[in-house]
Amino acid sequence: MTEETTEELVAEDTETLDIWVAGTEEPQFQPTDEGDQEISEDESEYRLDTQLGRVVDDDYLFDDEGGDDERMIVNMGPQHPSTHGVLRLQIELEGEIIRRTKPIIGYLHTGMEKTAEQLNFAQGPTNVTRMDYLAPLHEELAFSLAVERLLDVEVPPRAAAIRVLMTELNRITSHLVALATNGLDIGALSMMIYGFRERESILDFFEKTTGLRMNHNYIRPGGVAADLPPGWKDDVAAILDNMPRRLQQYDDLLKENPIWLSRTEGVGIISAEEAISYSLTGPALRASGVDWDLRKAFPYSGIDQYEFDVPIGAHGDVYDRYRVKVEEIKESLKIVAQVMASMPKGDYRIGDRKVTPPPRARIDESMEALIHHFKLFTEGFKVPEGETYVAVESPRGELGCYIVSDGGARPYRMHNRAPSFYNLQGLPIAMSDSLVADTIATIASMDPVMGDVDR
Amino acid sequence: MSDVLDQLRAKLDGVEWEVSHGQDVARVPIAGWYEFGEAAKQAGFEICSDITAVDWMRQKPLRFEVVMNLVSMQHKARLRAIASLEREDPAIASVTPIWPGAAYAEREVYDMFGIVFEGHPDLTRILMPDDWEGFPMRKDYGVGSVPVQFKQSHTVR
Repeated sequence: MTEETTEELVAEDTETLDIWVAGTEEPQFQPTDEGDQEISEDESEYRLDTQLGRVVDDDYLFDDEGGDDERMIVNMGPQHPSTHGVLRLQIELEGEIIRRTKPIIGYLHTGMEKTAEQLNFAQGPTNVTRMDYLAPLHEELAFSLAVERLLDVEVPPRAAAIRVLMTELNRITSHLVALATNGLDIGALSMMIYGFRERESILDFFEKTTGLRMNHNYIRPGGVAADLPPGWKDDVAAILDNMPRRLQQYDDLLKENPIWLSRTEGVGIISAEEAISYSLTGPALRASGVDWDLRKAFPYSGIDQYEFDVPIGAHGDVYDRYRVKVEEIKESLKIVAQVMASMPKGDYRIGDRKVTPPPRARIDESMEALIHHFKLFTEGFKVPEGETYVAVESPRGELGCYIVSDGGARPYRMHNRAPSFYNLQGLPIAMSDSLVADTIATIASMDPVMGDVDR
Repeated sequence: MSDVLDQLRAKLDGVEWEVSHGQDVARVPIAGWYEFGEAAKQAGFEICSDITAVDWMRQKPLRFEVVMNLVSMQHKARLRAIASLEREDPAIASVTPIWPGAAYAEREVYDMFGIVFEGHPDLTRILMPDDWEGFPMRKDYGVGSVPVQFKQSHTVR
């Protein structure tokens, strides 16, 4: 080593000593036991994504080496405000990561399929309407379409148009509840209040038309229970005028909200293949990028004459399911506007007095009308022997009604294909290897209605 | 649509085809249930949309019917498959290995009718409590009644 360099080193040393005036030695770095929380700059994008929870590795292999002590089973529910009713989840946790989930259902099982066998076909809609209590009109529609197919009758065009109008409005209310509770669960309380407020404005119209906010018994075999009330166009026009503005407000609130995005993007992913193989339908399927809507594939009630698009997502995460629902509200508004503009004139139910009751005034004049009325409300009407399956697109997916008749006035067997029941099978897929904090967001996005799941 | 069914017709023996109110129905022998499922999946029925059962009690010689509704998204078609089961110890092959989405539906049918699906990964009760006795949707299972006070009738159904 030459003299020059030694001198330089000494000079450097003195400089350092000059800087540390008060102390003499460099302070030691004290690591905390919280773990290294720094994210170094040369971290790869993928690593960052996993740390931020954007990427979830779904391919979990059971690892025996870890031992049982690290696994913990947590029971969530059935009494929990954010599980949308009485849904119980057994969650196997490894630290903060969910490894396996088992939904346990049946807490709301009331044997409605058994009850349906005791009720005649005219009473049937009062039963099915209580299954999926957020989409009662869809339940009634599926039941009525199945009975009409067995009877081999066709409802008048006005009845079909009223059915489309009411069910599409019902879809809007159901999606509004989904958005509201989704917001509530993630912490966007304002969304909860807005969603329920707008839903109430549509339910007011339902109350005016059917007499009830929910459980309407409005769509019946043979048509609908009553014609639309006078001035219905003003009410629907007010809804059509109000909703787009409100939807814009929801978008302003949530669509690009960083907190909302970080809670929903990349969370609860279901791929298209998984969604199809686990029989998922409705927004849960479409959010995964599958273009499948029963209104397009197997149109019912003349819904194919109205123009609308089927919104689909791309990633199958919570955010996409949220977007699909918002877009579906817009499409439903389009349909409602078209139905309103083209509402056909005519009767709102079929004229066959064996199926639908005669008008009240006729009972005073006609003996035959009196007999029909009496027979219909005591015995009900008989449906020819046979079996059929009819499915409609409810807000949650394929809502099917399988009816077997043995020729009597009551269904021999009635089975409802409940979309929430099947969509629940996607929950363990969506939740595996994600963080326990994302559980609530994932459940809310699947939008299960326990009345529909358990029946 | 009809091409798919023709394909299936050619491939499968012993299956009776009929049309019920405009819907295609295949009456499948119980032994060929799983093969039928595999062939249908290959033919393009991607979704097993629903499985349920009907109890015919004394009205038919074979008491139970298992009903499966299939959907094909590529052909925009529906197909219903029905298999008839014996009165004693009804059992049928599970299609859960073919369509994982059938798992819940088969559990529900087991729960409600006591029909055993052989090869199902987790055939337990789903809606009723685990220790429940009997199968509620069978026709010989009563609807039940609740005793009520202050009414002339003893029970209310």
